[in-house]
Amino acid sequence: MGEPILSVSGVYKSFGHVQALKNVSFTLNKGEVLGLVGDNGAGKSTFIKVLSGVHKKDGGSINYEGKEVDFASPKDAIAAGIETVYQDLALAPDLPIYSNMFLGREMVRPGLLGKLGFVDKQAMRDSVLTNITKLKATLNHVEQEVGTLSGGQRQSVAITRAVIWGKKVIIMDEPTAALGVEESAKVLDIVNEIKKHGITVIFISHTIPHVMEVSDRICVLRLGETVADLKTSETSYEEVVQFITGSKTQINRK
Amino acid sequence: MTGKTDTNIKQTFANIVTDYWIVLVFLGIYLVFVILEPLCLSLPFWGSTFNYMAEILILGVGVMFVVITAGIDLSIGPVEGAVGVAAGLTIRSLLPVVGNGWAIIAGSAVGLLLGLLIGFLNGIVITKLKLAPFIATLGMSVILTGTGYILNNGLEVVGLPRVMGKIGNFTIMGFMGFTTIIALFATVVFGVLLKQTRFGIHTYAYGSNAESAKRAGIDVDKHIIRVYMISSGMAALSGVLLVFRFNTGSPLAGANVTLYAIAACVIGGTSVMGGRGRMIGTFIGALIIAILVTGLVMLGVQTYWQQVSTGLIIIFAVYADQIRQKKALK
Repeated sequence: MGEPILSVSGVYKSFGHVQALKNVSFTLNKGEVLGLVGDNGAGKSTFIKVLSGVHKKDGGSINYEGKEVDFASPKDAIAAGIETVYQDLALAPDLPIYSNMFLGREMVRPGLLGKLGFVDKQAMRDSVLTNITKLKATLNHVEQEVGTLSGGQRQSVAITRAVIWGKKVIIMDEPTAALGVEESAKVLDIVNEIKKHGITVIFISHTIPHVMEVSDRICVLRLGETVADLKTSETSYEEVVQFITGSKTQINRK
Repeated sequence: MTGKTDTNIKQTFANIVTDYWIVLVFLGIYLVFVILEPLCLSLPFWGSTFNYMAEILILGVGVMFVVITAGIDLSIGPVEGAVGVAAGLTIRSLLPVVGNGWAIIAGSAVGLLLGLLIGFLNGIVITKLKLAPFIATLGMSVILTGTGYILNNGLEVVGLPRVMGKIGNFTIMGFMGFTTIIALFATVVFGVLLKQTRFGIHTYAYGSNAESAKRAGIDVDKHIIRVYMISSGMAALSGVLLVFRFNTGSPLAGANVTLYAIAACVIGGTSVMGGRGRMIGTFIGALIIAILVTGLVMLGVQTYWQQVSTGLIIIFAVYADQIRQKKALK
């Protein structure tokens, strides 16, 4: 703790006349969970897309692991160790769990067969199984097609995939939005497990209780601006809501 | 414990039946033919069934990759025709210069390369001009039909070396023809490609959810271009083999086979919505279409009934597959 991994200051971004981000700033330490909250249109998704390399920022600075970064494509962000779990999960429903987790980065067999593109299914299954166990995700059968899983299980697949690849930062966009109470609880458990392994998480959500439950810090966006950067232990549900709705506007209480 | 094992066995059996029920359909059809006409047990019967199946299978194996990506390739039949004429013309014009052997090799190579080029163009039109595969390949199919006639003024290319016909009609054990052997070999090779390689997984992934495949970092445009090159390349292979078999390059070759090849995939369980399909299914699909022809001929039924029955089986197979998938999702 205490070592900053990501420090964002004054990031802005416009689409034509619409200024989606005006001034996003926060600092995130290694191994922390940041809850990124805000009303619809506050700029959460736009900011995430900037951070994950989908959009380029127009200005401001993003300092990642002590270096100024400006990702030109999602590939750059992924190469830097930042993985994003999108709201739509980006899974292939007809493929088994393990293929989904290795999609685009399949393990190949050693030697000539590997050069010809032959995949090592057993190695992938084993690796997936190890990671599922590590995160205590409730997925029993790595051969099961993702299309036959429940919403929470699909979320677990997408998150586990991010953990396998995102060695440093995982961004989760509304991971509990479509889930029932029990399944949400499982996803929050997984977030807590991820934290134990020293991985930094940015957790975007509308559901403030979920954010309160897993986050170390909360960054509130309103109309494209950071209006509060709070320690979860020093704030309350009511205060966060007040910042979101704009009835409270004090900035950056440290 | 025994109760549990029992249900496990039952479960496994049920899985095999749902997974391979199309094999049972094939066996059922064959059984009916055998009962009505015991000659259907003979090797020559299988010989002609395989002969008929080979062309559909080669085309089906190729186009299956396209169908799994949720695309379609309507140009495979016309590729056969145009490639056959082009290969035939190349061979005939090179004959006096380089002799039989090299002329045949060069002609076959020209045909195959032409097929790959056509597939490449289909892929470019689909990925770069963003045309729907149906439209892109429909356009290509009409272009190629015309080209096939233009190349030799609408005539068949005749006067090809007789040795080609000898190779093309060579059979082993009295029933396995040259084309059949190549078709079975191709089925195995492409079956392995589909099942065991990154290329195969990416093909399924794109058909299952193109956006996910893109976000997973797969170069989807390149992949789609390659998939259409496989489809068209296999059609070209089939076109060249037809030149061998009939010792002519005919612009009429492939006029009716496009939809049969796609039907073979669909009967075998490949989903036109993409993401699903197995090579063994396409093989059985092609075999069912072929055995309906040879079987009905043996029974003395008008062959047009073969078309009717194939159509019925397409509808039946897809309907059964839908039910199966709904069950799996429960």
